[in-house]
Amino acid sequence: MSRAILYDSTKCIGCRLCEAACAERWGLPYDEKVAAEEQLSAHKLTVIQTHGDHFDRRSCMHCLEPTCVAVCPVGAMKKTALGPVVYDESRCIGCRYCMLACPFQVPSYEWSQPLPRVRKCDMCYERQLAGQLPACVEACPTGATLCGERDDLIAEAERRVAENSDQYHGLYGVMQAGGTSLLFVTAVPYEKLCLQRPLPPQPLSVLTWRMLARVPDIVVVGALLLGGIWWITRRRSEVAAAEALEEEP
Amino acid sequence: MSRWLRWLPRTLWQWIFWLLILGGLYAAYVRVAYGLGGATNLSDRFPWGLWIGFDVLCGVGLAAGGFTLATIVHVFDVKRYRPILRATILTAFLGYGLVILALLFDLGRPYRVWHPLVMWNPRSVMFEVAWCVALYTTVLFLEFIPAVFERLGWVRPLGWMRSFSVPIVIAGVILSTLHQSSLGSLYLIVPDKLYPLWYTPLLPFFFFLSAICVGFAMMLFESWHSSRAFGKQLELPLLASMGRVLAVLLSVYLLIRFLDLYHRGVLPRLREPRTETYLFALEAALLLVPMALLFLRSIRLSPARLYGCALLVIFGFVTNRLNVSVTGMEAGSGVHYVPKWTEVMVTLAIIALGFAIFRFAAQHLPIFAEEVPIVSGRPVPLAAAGD
Repeated sequence: MSRAILYDSTKCIGCRLCEAACAERWGLPYDEKVAAEEQLSAHKLTVIQTHGDHFDRRSCMHCLEPTCVAVCPVGAMKKTALGPVVYDESRCIGCRYCMLACPFQVPSYEWSQPLPRVRKCDMCYERQLAGQLPACVEACPTGATLCGERDDLIAEAERRVAENSDQYHGLYGVMQAGGTSLLFVTAVPYEKLCLQRPLPPQPLSVLTWRMLARVPDIVVVGALLLGGIWWITRRRSEVAAAEALEEEP
Repeated sequence: MSRWLRWLPRTLWQWIFWLLILGGLYAAYVRVAYGLGGATNLSDRFPWGLWIGFDVLCGVGLAAGGFTLATIVHVFDVKRYRPILRATILTAFLGYGLVILALLFDLGRPYRVWHPLVMWNPRSVMFEVAWCVALYTTVLFLEFIPAVFERLGWVRPLGWMRSFSVPIVIAGVILSTLHQSSLGSLYLIVPDKLYPLWYTPLLPFFFFLSAICVGFAMMLFESWHSSRAFGKQLELPLLASMGRVLAVLLSVYLLIRFLDLYHRGVLPRLREPRTETYLFALEAALLLVPMALLFLRSIRLSPARLYGCALLVIFGFVTNRLNVSVTGMEAGSGVHYVPKWTEVMVTLAIIALGFAIFRFAAQHLPIFAEEVPIVSGRPVPLAAAGD
C-alpha cells in the first residue's frame, strides 16, 4: 500500500492556499508576485494553473516507476515504500538528466545558486512519516486535494466519475507512464490542461532497460569474438613469419 | 621593452589561440562566480545545451578513431595502418580528457564528478556511460604511455606494457562499443520530447555506427594536418583505402537511417516547412555528399579532396549530434535555446586547448614514429613481424 494524492479540479476554487502552504513547508518566500507565477520552478513546487474557468494543479507526480529514479546515475532520487519520490541532495552531481527525462517536466534547478540543487515536491515525506497530512492537502479548504491510500483514492475517484459522468471527463494517473501517485479527476481532458502528449502505459525506463540489460551480453560476446579474431590473425602472422624464415636460406 | 615583446604570440594562430584561452578563462570565471544560471542559457525546460550536445556528445564521438584503429591494427592485425595508430590514440586520449574537462563546467556540482563510481544505479544509462568513460580514459592512457616510455628510454616498463597490450585493446573496444551507443541510449527515455526525425529505438546503433564513420574521417583529417604541420604523411594508397571504407560505412549508415524513417512512417514529415526539416536536410546532405564523392576514384586519389570529404563528414556528424541534443529537443520543451557567449567561449577554448596539446605532444613525443623494437629484454615477435 502506498500513499497518494487525489486532485479534483471541479472542487478547486483557485484560492492558492495549497501553494502558500507548500512554500511555507519548504521555507520559500510566497507573495503576490510568486502567486502569479503559473510554472513550476525551484521556488515554487506546487502550482495552480488557470485554464479559462478551469484550474489545474502541477507538482511532482510521484510515479510508481519514476523515470527520474531510473535515470539518476548516483541514485539521488528514490521511490519510498510510503509513496513519495524523494531526493537526496548529498548524492546529486547536478547532471540534470532527471530534468531532461521526466515526462511531466517536474524537477527544477537552482540555476542561480553556486552549489545548486534539484527541487521538487516530496509529498511532504517527513510530515507523512510523522502521521501528518501533506501541507497542501491540509490547507485545501474545499477538499479538492485529498491524501490517502492510492487504491482507496482510485476507488473514490471512480465513484465520483461514475456518479457524475456528465461532469467529469475521466481519471488520470492510474496508467500513465506506469501509473502515478498523483491522481486527477478533471472536467476537461487532462491532455488539454497540461503540456503532456499522451504517455505510454508502461514506465519509460523499460525503453533504456532494454539496452542496459544487454551490457553483459556485449561484454562476453565482444571479448570472445575479438579475442578469437586476434588469436587467428596472430597465428597467421606467426606462420607467415616462420615460412619466410624457412625460405630465406 | 624588447624582453617583454619576446613573450608575445608570433603567428596569427598563436594570437587566436591565446585570445581563445583568455576568453575561456574569463568564461570559466563567470561560470564559477555566477553559477550555471549566469553562464548559460539553460533552463528547467531545457537543461542540456551546448556543453552536453557538442563538448560531450561530439567530443566522445570524434575520439572514436582511437578504438576503431586499435581494433584494425591489434585485433585484425592490419599492419599498414600502424603508422597512424599513435597519433590517433593520442587524439582519442586528449579528446576524452577534454570531454571530462567540459563536463566539469556543465555539472552543477563538479567536485562530485566521482560519485557515480561509488554510488551505483545500474538502471541508469548515465551511470553506465560514467563508468565506461572513466575506464576507457584509463585504457587510452595505458595505450598511449608506451610512447612516453620510449621517449624516456625506459625499456623494462615498455616490455610490461606490450605483454598485456592486447587485453587492454580488447577491453577498450568493448568499453567504446558500450558507451558510444549508450550516448544514444540516453535519449531513448524521451520518446515524447525528441522530434520523430531523430527519436528511434535504433538511436544506440546509429550513435555507434556514426561514431565509427567519424573516427575514419578524423584519421583523414589528422593525417592532412600532420602533413601540413610536420611534413609527415601517410602514403596515398592507405588514405585512399580509408576513404573507401568510409564510403561503405556511410552508405550502410544512411541506408539504415532512411529505412528506419520509412518504417516508422515519418518520411512525410520532411514535407513540413519547419526548422527540424531544414536541419535534418543539412545533416543528411553533409553525409550523403561525401559518401557519393568517396565512391569516385578520382576523389580518393587526391589527399586534398579526401580531406574535404572528411571535413564534410565531421560537420555532418556534429550536425547530427546537435540535432539530437538541441534541434530535436526544442519543440518538445516549448522553449527556444541559443547558447550564451560563455557557453560558446568555453567550447572554443577547449577545442583550442586540444589542438595546442596535440601539437606539443607531436613535437616532443615519438607519435609519428613506428614502435621501437625492444633491443635488450624479450624480443617482441608481433612488432618484428610488422616490419
